[in-house]
Amino acid sequence: MYKLTLIIRYLLKRRITYFATLAVALCVFIVVVVMTVMSGLVGQFKQKNHEFVGDCVVGTESLVGFPYYEQFMAQLKESGFVAGVSPVVKNFALLSLTNYDIKKGVEILGLDPVLHSQTTSFAQTLHFRAAEPEKAFVPIHEPNAAGCVWGVDVILLRNAQGQYSYGARPPRLSLTLTGFPLTARGALAGVGSNPARTESFQYSDYSHTGIARVDGSLVYIPLEKAQDLCMSGQEKRVSAVHVRFSPDVSVEEGTRRVAELWSRFKQEMVGAPNSGLLDGVSVQDWMRYRRAVIAPMEKEQVLLSLMFGLVGITTVFIVFVVFHMIITNKRKDIGILKSVGASNVGVLTLFSGFAFSVGLIGSSMGTLGGWLFLAQINRIEQWLYARFGFQLWDRTIYAIEDIPNRVEPEVMMIIMACAILACLVGALVPSYQAARLQPVETLHAVRT
Amino acid sequence: MSQLSVILKAENVHKSYRMGATRVNVLKGAELAVNEGEFIAIVGASGSGKSTFLHVLGGLDRPDKGVIHFNGRDLNRVGARELNRFRNEKVGFVFQFYHLLDELTVLENVMLPAMISRSVLGWLASRRAIRQRAESLLEQMGLQERVGHKPYQLSGGERQRVAIGRALMNQPQLLLADEPTGNLDSATGNGILNVLDTLNKAGQTIVMVTHDDRIARKAQRIVTLVDGRAR
Repeated sequence: MYKLTLIIRYLLKRRITYFATLAVALCVFIVVVVMTVMSGLVGQFKQKNHEFVGDCVVGTESLVGFPYYEQFMAQLKESGFVAGVSPVVKNFALLSLTNYDIKKGVEILGLDPVLHSQTTSFAQTLHFRAAEPEKAFVPIHEPNAAGCVWGVDVILLRNAQGQYSYGARPPRLSLTLTGFPLTARGALAGVGSNPARTESFQYSDYSHTGIARVDGSLVYIPLEKAQDLCMSGQEKRVSAVHVRFSPDVSVEEGTRRVAELWSRFKQEMVGAPNSGLLDGVSVQDWMRYRRAVIAPMEKEQVLLSLMFGLVGITTVFIVFVVFHMIITNKRKDIGILKSVGASNVGVLTLFSGFAFSVGLIGSSMGTLGGWLFLAQINRIEQWLYARFGFQLWDRTIYAIEDIPNRVEPEVMMIIMACAILACLVGALVPSYQAARLQPVETLHAVRT
Repeated sequence: MSQLSVILKAENVHKSYRMGATRVNVLKGAELAVNEGEFIAIVGASGSGKSTFLHVLGGLDRPDKGVIHFNGRDLNRVGARELNRFRNEKVGFVFQFYHLLDELTVLENVMLPAMISRSVLGWLASRRAIRQRAESLLEQMGLQERVGHKPYQLSGGERQRVAIGRALMNQPQLLLADEPTGNLDSATGNGILNVLDTLNKAGQTIVMVTHDDRIARKAQRIVTLVDGRAR
């Protein structure tokens, strides 16, 4: 009983305890806020990449592409575990806006809008044709012309709040895309002085994936047009086939089965013309396919976690110092307690319980503060912007709308548990030393 | 006194301390028998080992050599748990510098030994009786008005009376007082001696350490520590 009474009194009466509790609260607050925002950003980024790509990609890095994709798609559809497949051509082209002196290099993605919407979130990324993706390449102003969809950042600028001014209809814009068709052997198909091929398009819609690199450089055109612009030869070729699995099939399992199917398909196609191009094709789940863009962000998260590991060590050290000071100050109490029958374990429990309480109160305060701050973080940012023109993430640069602030209860619990553990670890040595003190030593030493 | 009434017996007690590079032999075969109901004063020059002897007698320290029997039990042979219980239930200490816990009130300081011997549930079951006992002790000490005060709000004499109340909380067989008046003025010291005298008359066995012969004369028996031995 004396332990509980003394823990409460030490908590309430010792001013240094307030500092220890505050230090724990601040550390927890920072960790909760930064980890929530950072993991929210990384989570959102992964989610967007997953939605952009689908579950799995069978593709090649080569601009030449690979043939016989239609046969393989047929096999995939028959397999029973696939909900959608979409062939795409990825390549580069030169964009020229008619009537404007604007020319820029862009990435083009040739696709079938219906198939691609069944496989990825392509339809949801469209602004005007979200409900009717089959009309994605049908320009509103000239329905009979070939249309193209632009990554939203290719043409529109965002305001400081991260919003675009779309207007009621897409702008009437004509453009040409110039590509360099390659043969199956990788040579330029065009001969003489003009190896390029040019196609005209009308602007039909915006696509907003939320991935800055995609929205800032990609132009979507019909698959056949992309094949005409970039590829030449007897067999039609594509750069990749995107796959979406049935809901009951996991990404790992589905990818493994696609890889098996692809391996068999490749065997079947041995000897067919240009079947050598199939050797450069790999089967990857969405995460591996997009690893070049996801990995740096994950690395940032790991670095951040390491930095917060250091914050955790600092907390342990602060708690150690505070407890060392408290226990040094409380040597007399330890002697008194032992002289009236308190055991070593009792003293150890007393100071460990004290540390636990500091950790519990500090981490609860920090977590509550962090949660409240996160709940208001977007309002706070808006207020800061309105009042001082300060913005945490410049929306004209970062492809986010709101700062992620969804707090995961499990993550909060883990952070709280770590803070309490840090306090216990920090107090362990001083508590053990206190428990080992001989009452005579402390009572002799103190003259108060 | 009959042999049966001896509650504490120290035989051939040796104790030494290391002070820097040298070892100081404080007790060199000290012996003492304390009978039930006795009031003994241990006197001796400063540094003669009086307090050390008292600590060894009360189980606060262990002798290097020799035996301490309490109610026939050798304290050297009991484990740490048993020794804690001994200090909690069988003896009560009163120190020169009071040694009260500043975070606790006067009442809580007195109840401390009872708190230590009980779990939270045990405490809840018996807290009313414990509180009554503590209040009664404080009333005996004339401190009934000071129950809710903190030690630092009391005078030296009042603090010492609180310390005596704490020492008596678990009704120990033996009260050990280490220079209980050493930090008090003469009048206040006399008040404390009167309290001890009253307790002794009520049957409390007391062993008191003092360097002051005048104070020692209040006791029934005086034991002098000279050269590490009791005479």
